Amino acid sequence: MSEFKPRILVFSTDNVSDPGIDLAGRNKMHYPARVLVVTVPCSSGIKPRWIFHALQNGFDGVFIAADGSDCSYVPDCTARTAATVAAAQGLLKEKSLEPARVKMAAVCSVCAESFQKHMISFSEALRKMASAAKGN
Amino acid sequence: MEEKKRKIGVYICHCGGNISDHVDVEAVRKQVEEQYGVTVARTSMFTCSDASQNDMIKDIKEQGLDGMVVASCSPKLHLTTFRNMSTRAGLNPFQYVQVNIREQCSWAHSDDHEGATCKAANLVGAGIEKVMRQEALQPIRVTSVKKVLVIGAGIAGLRAALELADLGVEVFVIEKEPEVGGMVAKLGEMFPAGKNGAELIAALLAEVKKRINITLFLNAELTEKSGHIGEFELTIRIRNESAVADRTEETIRIEVGAILVTSGFAEYEPPAGEFAYGQAGVLTLSRFEQLLQESGERLLHDGREVRNIAFIYCVGSRQSADMENGNRWCSRFCCSTATHLAVQTKKKFPKAQCYHFYRDMRTYGKFESLYEDAGKSGTIFLRFHEQHPPRLEPAGNSWQVTVRDLLTGGDEIVVPADLVVLVTGMTARRNDELTRVLKLPLGTDRFYNEIHPKLRPVETVIDGVYIAGSCQGPKNAGESVVSSLAAVAKAAALLVKGYVDLQPFVAHVRSELCVWCGKCVDACPYSAIEKIAYGDKEVAQVVDVLCKGCGACLPVCPLDATQLKGYTDEQIEAMIDVLAREAAHEG
Repeated sequence: MSEFKPRILVFSTDNVSDPGIDLAGRNKMHYPARVLVVTVPCSSGIKPRWIFHALQNGFDGVFIAADGSDCSYVPDCTARTAATVAAAQGLLKEKSLEPARVKMAAVCSVCAESFQKHMISFSEALRKMASAAKGN
Repeated sequence: MEEKKRKIGVYICHCGGNISDHVDVEAVRKQVEEQYGVTVARTSMFTCSDASQNDMIKDIKEQGLDGMVVASCSPKLHLTTFRNMSTRAGLNPFQYVQVNIREQCSWAHSDDHEGATCKAANLVGAGIEKVMRQEALQPIRVTSVKKVLVIGAGIAGLRAALELADLGVEVFVIEKEPEVGGMVAKLGEMFPAGKNGAELIAALLAEVKKRINITLFLNAELTEKSGHIGEFELTIRIRNESAVADRTEETIRIEVGAILVTSGFAEYEPPAGEFAYGQAGVLTLSRFEQLLQESGERLLHDGREVRNIAFIYCVGSRQSADMENGNRWCSRFCCSTATHLAVQTKKKFPKAQCYHFYRDMRTYGKFESLYEDAGKSGTIFLRFHEQHPPRLEPAGNSWQVTVRDLLTGGDEIVVPADLVVLVTGMTARRNDELTRVLKLPLGTDRFYNEIHPKLRPVETVIDGVYIAGSCQGPKNAGESVVSSLAAVAKAAALLVKGYVDLQPFVAHVRSELCVWCGKCVDACPYSAIEKIAYGDKEVAQVVDVLCKGCGACLPVCPLDATQLKGYTDEQIEAMIDVLAREAAHEG
């Protein structure tokens, strides 16, 4: 049996976090290949049902690489994204899924290193969650 | 729209090895070829090449394709290229989807060939699902403001301002310092025309003053930016440093269609002790240049006549890979400048002797003649290995430089020097506030990053924000001006036509589902949603030109009636389903 490798869905944003994630690649900063990115215009536009859909259909975790204060659309982007995360976590609790499977952090257009660190640590946290569930 | 089976073309790029060295592109092609809706699936060495684009156009026309996916680099690089290709082929450009398997796959996972290949197949599959559910769209046209802000009044910024003004664009130039001219203003005689740097700047400034459509602000910095390409709203802070003792500040607000950053470089400042820097008789390149300009009949330093000058090259440039945060780059200008200064020194002070301690002589292009002139003037070249830099020892009031000279078979040679000139290179200028306000991406070298050094050399990932000159990386004055004029062409092409076509990926309300609760209206930051009658009920409707396509109205709708074009529930969830799929051989 090979080691459990969590599958992570990342929502990035066209102008803010996606360039940051590109920069990580440009600088050959490695993170697990089971991190897959879907890009949307703004993290305020992410729907709780998408997050829930991902976790119900094969993803172990969802990470929102949020616009944060760099958002060019809405000044309170962080609060709006946080509300989406909270709503998604509510849906998860109903299905007895851990709220910690959804994580958000602001990733700016030059935050390559922080993105890499988030992916490595989130992957590790999900791996621990899986082994705890197995009882070992 | 899903009733009719779609005919989708998929092209997967090798990127000459950038992708195919780490991703088995043929395996990816085989996997997606089987996907529902795919009519053609091919790989290509360079999908962006004219030949490949022509193949795509041929496929679209001959096979009647109604959707296209190219899996290659970041959409920041080639989304427009392939949308234009689609338009040329008669395909709606918004039925083209770019999948990023380079920056976000092959490069990020160059340590995991199998993982990268599985991921690429997932990503391409998701792109196909997205385009499968994508309707044809038309761009939304907005007017653009025919004004540009130029940041930095060095040679690149001033030259750009003049050119933009003459193209009929109104220009604001802001300069952080109290004077214009940047680094060039401090230079003496410049190669090849022999013109003095300060004179060159003065001539440009005189031209700037002649143009009523250029406004220059000194002591000024950009502090806030909002809006988007075509219509940026900016706040400029101006320090008032007039004769009046109390310093005051004022802020002004301007509206521009584009921004050009020409904020320049900083000279490398050696830490104390690097080649005895900080001690008497050891100078940087710019300090020596100044000394030469100021000197009269005799070349004096600290009141003593200078006879022997040792130039030590590559100080602060081409630093070792082992050095933490080292400057790995060649600074381009310094070999030419140092040899040029040696020629000038010899001309002015025939008795002075120059010794050049260099690693490699990079007087490229036309500057080669400077190297030749320096040799003819009797200056002496000694070549050292990176591992064995010259050693400096005090010798009375001057220095003694010892080197293992590679040109004479590694013989140890000792040279007396009254003056040691460290040929210091370029580093990135720290502009933290500017970087923050514009969200400009920095490279690992801390210079600003263009989208692509060859294909889009002055554009940044922030639409409508251009970079030029030495803020991008080491450049000499001529090269800086060349890049600033390239940026002028890009900015003017954008603004002169008076409009910008924005992406049509705006929100849309499914009237049949909407029951008018008003939550989307409250969530919209742009007041782009209005209430209309629909049959016998009231529903929300999006005003296309006001909608910026952020999607803030999506999560608040309890009935999923608000959808964002290009990001509908059906599209996103179908993408997620493919992305979640384990490849056959995956653990």
